[in-house]
Amino acid sequence: MKKIVKKHPLAIRWFHWINFPVIAVMVWSGLLIYWANDVYKVGWGDKTILKFFPDSFYKALHIPFRLAEGMSLHFVFMWFFTINGFLYVLYLAISGEWRLIFPNRKSLKESWQVVLHDLHLRKGMPPQKKYNAAQRIAYTGVIIMGIGSLLTGLSIYKPVQFHTLCAMLGGYEWTRAEHFILTILFTLFFLLHIIQVILAGWNNFRGMVTGFEVVPPPPPPTGGGTMEIISPSNELKTDD
Amino acid sequence: MTDKEKIISEKQLRKKTIISFSVFIVMIAFAIFGWKWLHKQPQENEAPRPLRKALNYNEGLFGKFFSNNHLAKTFPLSAAVKHVRVNGDEGMSADFDASTWKLKVAKTPGDTLFVTLDEIKALPKTEIVFDFKCIEGWSQVTHWGGVKFSDFAQKYGLNEQTKMNYVGLITPDKGYYVGIDMPAIMHSQTLLCYEMNGKPLPMNQGYPLRLIIPVKYGIKHLKRIGSIFFSNERPPDYWYERGYDYYAGL
Repeated sequence: MKKIVKKHPLAIRWFHWINFPVIAVMVWSGLLIYWANDVYKVGWGDKTILKFFPDSFYKALHIPFRLAEGMSLHFVFMWFFTINGFLYVLYLAISGEWRLIFPNRKSLKESWQVVLHDLHLRKGMPPQKKYNAAQRIAYTGVIIMGIGSLLTGLSIYKPVQFHTLCAMLGGYEWTRAEHFILTILFTLFFLLHIIQVILAGWNNFRGMVTGFEVVPPPPPPTGGGTMEIISPSNELKTDD
Repeated sequence: MTDKEKIISEKQLRKKTIISFSVFIVMIAFAIFGWKWLHKQPQENEAPRPLRKALNYNEGLFGKFFSNNHLAKTFPLSAAVKHVRVNGDEGMSADFDASTWKLKVAKTPGDTLFVTLDEIKALPKTEIVFDFKCIEGWSQVTHWGGVKFSDFAQKYGLNEQTKMNYVGLITPDKGYYVGIDMPAIMHSQTLLCYEMNGKPLPMNQGYPLRLIIPVKYGIKHLKRIGSIFFSNERPPDYWYERGYDYYAGL
């Protein structure tokens, strides 16, 4: 017999898995667009540490000269991204799930403990509900990033029609840079997310598909600290 | 035990898992199939038909938002760059003869206006400094001067023509051509432009007359206008035929 516990509601699983290919297409088509004016780099003065992106990267992925294709994909899939994201946020609000995702007063302090734990620098995790403090901050952060991508995207897409928004975000060129930085952050989130899912193991991954997790049975009594005190007394009793 | 917990057999667990993963795999298959299907669809002006339809839908939607009250941001003269980027020379044949140039405006079949540069310069002049935006993603604050298209249309009695849906513009060599929706060409910032940085347009910027239309991407700012015509159907458009959005509005 197995004890299972409900973890992810059906709606959240659908939003999650729809989001994955949609964001993949948005990032991919975004790359096709960005190539046409690939001006961003990390460095100072004439010194470039990292160019976004090296020519070898473009070549390997066959990115050059596909601006029109990128734009048509981007401006169609933006609808799926927006609608799915909107429904997800609406669901969080109505179902009350937001309480499990939004950080609370303790999250900032606890998230540091979680990071130390994950890096094997600290034993034991602070008590948590569905998500630990670091997850709360990351998952809420990614929602805010999604809203940020939508707003910066809208303001580079129609800078005249949404001129107030564009001005609030720092003008056309800044907004384009912000949109790009958010995409890089999304990609970093994705990589970290994948690593954590792999480390968390099968039971956790299955939970995102089936909705439930198997609760591991309590560990059998083998030479733990407390057992040493209790077991001899038990033995004494049976001997009597 | 909370209401979220349940005790089930190994068999039930396996069954639940298999059902969920079957749905999951079917959805992945749908996504892959959908992506392939999209790319196999017949092309309509170099874009798969479903994407083209969606872009046209976007045009309709954002076209409704469009208002002459929405102006492209303008800048002080000092913000304008001295070296204006030259991007693309389609429709700018070297054998162009500026001395015989006249703007050709097809009012109705058989009724064509010919307007000289001096006649255009005699109309009220408007200057604009704005952030010119290329569809490639770069932008540049530039300074232009000319006559508002709407002033030109009024002066030359094009009232009937401007009730139509579109305007078409073509270079003298017919190598480049754009189609523009009427609200955009009649926008108060749209110029038939003959000056850049206070001087006559350079050859490579479309001398003697080009379009400056701040509510559109650079691809619509046709250099060296040869002829103008009006239509209720979309006039041919160079970059539209090469997979870009027809509207290209900002």
